[in-house]
Amino acid sequence: MSAAAVKSTPLTALHRNLGARMAPFAGYDMPIQYADGVMKEHLWTRGRCGLFDVSHMGPAFLSLAEGVGTGDAAHHRVAAIVERLVPADIRGLKPGQIRYTMLLNADGGIIDDLMIARPSTDDLQGVLYIVANAGCKEQDFALIEEACAGAARLDRADDRALVALQGPDAADVLVNWVKGVKEMPFMSHKRALVQGEEWLVARCGYTGEDGFEVLIPAGSAPGVVKSMLSHAHVRPIGLGARDSLRLEAGLCLYGHDIDTTTSPVEAGLAWTIQKRRREAGDFPGAARILRELSEGPARQRVGFRLLDRAPAREGARVMAGGAEVGQVTSGGFGPSVNGPIAMGYVSAAVAGAHALVELMVRDQPRAAEIVEMPFVPHRYHRG
Amino acid sequence: MRRFTKEHEWVDVEGDVATVGITAYAAEQLGDIVYVDLPKVGSAVTQMGPMAVVESVKAASDVYAPLTGEIVAANESLSSAPEKVNETPEGEAWFAKIKLKAVGELDALMDADAYNAFLKTL
Repeated sequence: MSAAAVKSTPLTALHRNLGARMAPFAGYDMPIQYADGVMKEHLWTRGRCGLFDVSHMGPAFLSLAEGVGTGDAAHHRVAAIVERLVPADIRGLKPGQIRYTMLLNADGGIIDDLMIARPSTDDLQGVLYIVANAGCKEQDFALIEEACAGAARLDRADDRALVALQGPDAADVLVNWVKGVKEMPFMSHKRALVQGEEWLVARCGYTGEDGFEVLIPAGSAPGVVKSMLSHAHVRPIGLGARDSLRLEAGLCLYGHDIDTTTSPVEAGLAWTIQKRRREAGDFPGAARILRELSEGPARQRVGFRLLDRAPAREGARVMAGGAEVGQVTSGGFGPSVNGPIAMGYVSAAVAGAHALVELMVRDQPRAAEIVEMPFVPHRYHRG
Repeated sequence: MRRFTKEHEWVDVEGDVATVGITAYAAEQLGDIVYVDLPKVGSAVTQMGPMAVVESVKAASDVYAPLTGEIVAANESLSSAPEKVNETPEGEAWFAKIKLKAVGELDALMDADAYNAFLKTL
């Protein structure tokens, strides 16, 4: 990609001033790490509060063409549009609730994973807040617009800043800007008026820690972020630690752990398909997914803990009893685990927890145990 | 006199044995090193062929043999303390010693001034 094609976020200049090591990621010039380095940034997030620029992602609003309504009826109409593409019960979202779901293809493969949220206030029903992955957002938005067929309008919000505050002190930091954040349950969101501007605050994240993702107007974002970073417990965290944090949390990275060939059942994401949708079987790829739900999938995403110190990376073959039984899809060193960890797919027969396998690292077999994920317990605020 | 490669290895030669490590620049670029895959004593290496692997939190990177020869020692202390590579890359944290086959190969490597000038071009 040529330098001219790389996009910046509202915070790119600030990252440079902070001494970040920058690299193109999903078409954006992004901070990979700051002076602290991946290890310290990772541990700081688990211990205090990390601030991440995730403005490369794809926040958007889907609104009924007839206009914003009130009450359940308007919500049900907009929910019916996206339910053609995703297997989650979007209609059943309570006001303010967020659900993790995925766009599926006709074979039940995952086109992208995303968050979908219902506005918390009754004056904004018939709208959904959607956050897609950076690398998939163009295609996702096109797919959603096609499904709208004129009945709804998709407004991108990816010209704003999306800032994640993650870690045990995140709520203590954000409460200085937004009242009432400590009381918000995990996977809820709300609008907030801050210094005369509208923010969107969601209690969710990609680290396994308590935390928030906050959508802030681009113009004021650098000042806000600078001010947040002046808090003694907040440090900027790059994409390097974002990846090691999500790996320890057992969370999937699109294009690696999930893609158009993997189904939600294989990926261990069947919990995202609520009862109403299973019973109706009215989502793309339902035939495969319902079959896998009743008979079990042929392969399954599992966690690996290596018994010595050599990390196994994406692409490493998984061997059991001399036969290849799967492949690593993400792997590296877990700073909080203080050892190498990985995730990947193995055939159902060997997927039972605590089976011993070998991961091939540079043609050398490395013993690993199949373990339950997450590698580090989630510490979400369940309220 | 210490010599350097464009792949950021350093080498000190005494007689026909070379001590090899990675430069401070390389260690800094790699970030936190969590594992070093050392060569086996007795194995043969060729100039600018793979010799070892360093793993940071994020990625694995090859370390190349600056000179052709046979591995006569590996710094096993890096197995239990890979972070030494970040702390003293151009000292205690050497990777391996190579018994050289052709000392003349040294001429192809850079001296400190040339390496520092090379770093400025990166």
